Amino acid sequence: MRVFVPGDSSALSMGADAVARALAKARPDVTVVRNGSRGMFWLEPLVEVETPAGRVAYGPVTADAVPGLIDAGFLEGKPHALCLGLTAEIPYFKKQERLTFARCGVTDPLSLTDYVAHGGFRGLERAREMTPEAIVEEVVTSGLRGRGGAGFPTGIKWRTVLKAAGETKYIVCNADEGDSGTFADRMIMEGDPFVLIEGMIIAGLAVGASHGFIYCRSEYPHAFKVTQRAIALAYEKNYLGERAGFDLEIRLGAGAYICGEETSLLESLEGKRGQIRPKPPLPAIEGLFGKPTAVNNVISLATVPIILDKGGAFYRDFGMGKSRGTLTIQIAGNVKHGGLVEKAFGLTLREAIYEFGGGTASGRPLRAVQVGGPLGAYFPESLLDTPLDYEAFTANKGLLGHGGIVVFDDTVDLAQQARFAMEFCAIESCGKCTPCRVGSTRGVEVIDRIVANEDREKNLQVLDDLCEVMLDGSLCALGGLTPYPVLSAVRHFPEDFHASH
Amino acid sequence: MPGALLPILHSLQEEFGYIDDGMIPLIAEGLNISHAEVHGVISFYHDFRRAPVGKHVLQICRAESCQSMGCNSLVAHVEKSLGVKLGETTADGNFTLKPVYCLGNCALSPAVMLDGEPYGRVSAAVADSLIENARRHA
Repeated sequence: MRVFVPGDSSALSMGADAVARALAKARPDVTVVRNGSRGMFWLEPLVEVETPAGRVAYGPVTADAVPGLIDAGFLEGKPHALCLGLTAEIPYFKKQERLTFARCGVTDPLSLTDYVAHGGFRGLERAREMTPEAIVEEVVTSGLRGRGGAGFPTGIKWRTVLKAAGETKYIVCNADEGDSGTFADRMIMEGDPFVLIEGMIIAGLAVGASHGFIYCRSEYPHAFKVTQRAIALAYEKNYLGERAGFDLEIRLGAGAYICGEETSLLESLEGKRGQIRPKPPLPAIEGLFGKPTAVNNVISLATVPIILDKGGAFYRDFGMGKSRGTLTIQIAGNVKHGGLVEKAFGLTLREAIYEFGGGTASGRPLRAVQVGGPLGAYFPESLLDTPLDYEAFTANKGLLGHGGIVVFDDTVDLAQQARFAMEFCAIESCGKCTPCRVGSTRGVEVIDRIVANEDREKNLQVLDDLCEVMLDGSLCALGGLTPYPVLSAVRHFPEDFHASH
Repeated sequence: MPGALLPILHSLQEEFGYIDDGMIPLIAEGLNISHAEVHGVISFYHDFRRAPVGKHVLQICRAESCQSMGCNSLVAHVEKSLGVKLGETTADGNFTLKPVYCLGNCALSPAVMLDGEPYGRVSAAVADSLIENARRHA
């Protein structure tokens, strides 16, 4: 008999280890599988029991509740106050279109047997029979765009690396998921690391690279450990190594948000300060150690196996406009039902926040939403009908980024949020360019003057000018996009910049 | 191993708790780079420390998602109960309090990490009990 107790960080943060220990102690005959999370975090620890009818969910389960659950017969899927019915029938889960996350929360993340039994390595098998050009074209056909935030077509990037001259090329996975409100990369690394490994092997075949690196942020110690273990297991079974023609290692970052920027990440991997490099040259031409390098986000790479398995056209048929396939929406902040929702592009912000998220956790009215991490715009209620689509967000002077949604209730002060955006930029700036390094500190000061009502109108103009300089003059997205949260706060919530504060 | 500096610094810090200035010449010589380059890398990254920290390291997330769930008042509460500000270590050497910008536990904000273990939905009471528990096992 198998019981599933997630080993995902969010589940651990709510006491999943204690639940697993309590279960093992009370029923040593039961096999406890430490799966990933299904992404319904408000129900964590979400314990599942295998029954003939399917997996039955119970949650949120505490260690103290375990004896009562056992007495009630939960091991046979019997009713209990915490019983949520069949996991697959929970509306939050059932309404999703899980392609990239098909196995996450379902399988044992460190079981290659599970991985293969659930369709793993089918994409790789197909890729091995294709030419590099054909693999690249399959990804181009899928319409997959970089899920790290920039939204650049993955296939086009790969085409550039494939065509770049050179014997040595690299695949680099950007697992420096620093945006607040996002956790999709972490979930994959903890819940289905083999899909990332498979995606990187396929990427290697596509561009002619035989070595890959995963750059994982240090704030994710569990994701690092699970992925490191998965890599070791893949080596044992020759999915990696000499016979496979692809070597892979995982490296740890050291707490610098800027290292999520691809050129800064490459510097860091080379053992240097994570200062950004001006582009051109593009990393696709001159990347890691000066060699052509495909730098892709975790979710982009983890989506490649299903594209190769089912074909680019299958993936492309999800989505809207130029945003094809599925988006891994992460609903966070002041929200009742926070979690991960994988759904075709096109769901509106309102649907994500209310139909999935269940509204604010505090029960107070929603006032602002920040999408796309600390560099994303703050949207008011009136923009909630914006569909989750790259172009729709750009049209509203926002960005979809890595797909994180942070909800704020009516206690939020947008002047303080704007100030924080500048403060964060000042803390995390790599110092390479002046608009970002100096502009962010001046930005904090100007916002303080506005809030203190010192020459308010003049200082609002100064803030506007400063943002323009940062937008146009910064070398990378940190300085270049920090004006998004700042200007959107001023534009949509001018009342918060009044002197009454 | 190419790009060995960060892995070396991580290993040293894991072993000794911080990176002593005395190690800089050794690393520089081993990698055939200048002292300044090693120093530059240590000082660039928030993680690397040049002095010992407390027995327990409590990181409180200060990023937007946790702000939306009141992390600023959680920070104020913990600062008061430990008697230190963010970035400082208690006089008894038991706790170092650090800000962190996102732990990837944003659906369960406010989030903290104590000695590498994550905790979600951390109220002032939960934070107090975490600190009390750690103190008893100090």
